[in-house]
Amino acid sequence: MAGRLIELPQPRGPLSEQLFAALEGAPGGLAAPSVESADPLADEDLQLALYVAYELHYTDISGVDACWEWDPSLLAFTAALERPFEAAVAELVQPAEAAELESVGEALQGIVAEDPGPPLSRYLEVQGTREQMLEQVVHRSAYQLKEADPHSWAIPRLGPAPKSALLEVQFDEYGGGNAERMHSVLFAKAMAGLGLDPTYGAYLDLWPAPTLAAVNLVTGFGLHRRRRGALVGHLAAFEMTSSIPNRRYGNALRRLGYGPEVTHFYDEHVEADAVHENIAAWDLAGGLARDEPEVAADILFGARALLQVEARWARHLMDSWEGPGTSLRSPLVPVAA
Amino acid sequence: MGADPSPAATITPYPDGPYLIRGEFAVTDSEGNEVPLERRTIALCRCGKSRIRPFCDGTHKLIGFKAPSAPEPWPGD
Repeated sequence: MAGRLIELPQPRGPLSEQLFAALEGAPGGLAAPSVESADPLADEDLQLALYVAYELHYTDISGVDACWEWDPSLLAFTAALERPFEAAVAELVQPAEAAELESVGEALQGIVAEDPGPPLSRYLEVQGTREQMLEQVVHRSAYQLKEADPHSWAIPRLGPAPKSALLEVQFDEYGGGNAERMHSVLFAKAMAGLGLDPTYGAYLDLWPAPTLAAVNLVTGFGLHRRRRGALVGHLAAFEMTSSIPNRRYGNALRRLGYGPEVTHFYDEHVEADAVHENIAAWDLAGGLARDEPEVAADILFGARALLQVEARWARHLMDSWEGPGTSLRSPLVPVAA
Repeated sequence: MGADPSPAATITPYPDGPYLIRGEFAVTDSEGNEVPLERRTIALCRCGKSRIRPFCDGTHKLIGFKAPSAPEPWPGD
């Protein structure tokens, strides 16, 4: 697999129009926008502009000078989008209680036990249609094709004990020394088996704001060292809420008639994340809280933020499926039956 | 007696969760057949309810399994 390359998507409003027009020219001179958004998490224009600005850190963009990544006017533009997004996420997250900070691992257990999301994985396991399952996979591809990458930004920012724990998780995420077992590669194989396009970014135009927001959340935590606690909490909660839903998604795909070439990604995650969640909660998050007690509250913020943003995403899917419509921006056309 | 500073393998019960095994080890069934392992660090079921025993699948969270990491005291101690 060669390096990543995506195409600029269709703009969804003035922010993305302004950004994409500038990116097609020489770096520099991007004017800071005035951003007014009633609901930044659901704002298609804001989330897409932020997503593409962040993508400069992950991938080449066709026709875009790579020097834009660190262009000061681009960074100022990005910051203007991040501020209302961060504020909106903070409004969804209840502050950590003093008692929770005494044992971050135990607090994380309590937080994930009260997952605010609707039962998306159970719905798909029991009664979801093939089209709905394919849509779920297309949504998740926004993150899964770069699974583990944003959390790797924490590596140089942690002390030895939490760093070692993070690497233990990441080594397994990245295939344990075998690129074919890398989780993002397993996901691409599952997509291909479902007749979907596994190319990085292929469905960018189809991802709605709630899907982009879920990726922007972790990218934002990853790019800002000050949010290393939130990044670690995000990873811990992600791993702690993964094994059971992935078993259900695997069961859904088996019920729909798919074989191991498709279900392997999900079955692998049942066993892998049952390992990772313990390391992430107790050794990584707990270790970071012991090293740097001042970021303990942000660890729990990151966990709660993940669950809230994922809950909004899951509600978007289930609400869309109440009627005959699609949960994507436009209906999905599989590349093969 | 202190812990061996460099044991071949370590077994760590995680709070309310599985046993994590790290290091150099093999898993066999009771007849000596080696169980294939997919990763360097593995989690063995401690709650008894996993559907992929002997490995953990996270089911302990659904059943409210509680167990400390450190050894429990004998009753009456």
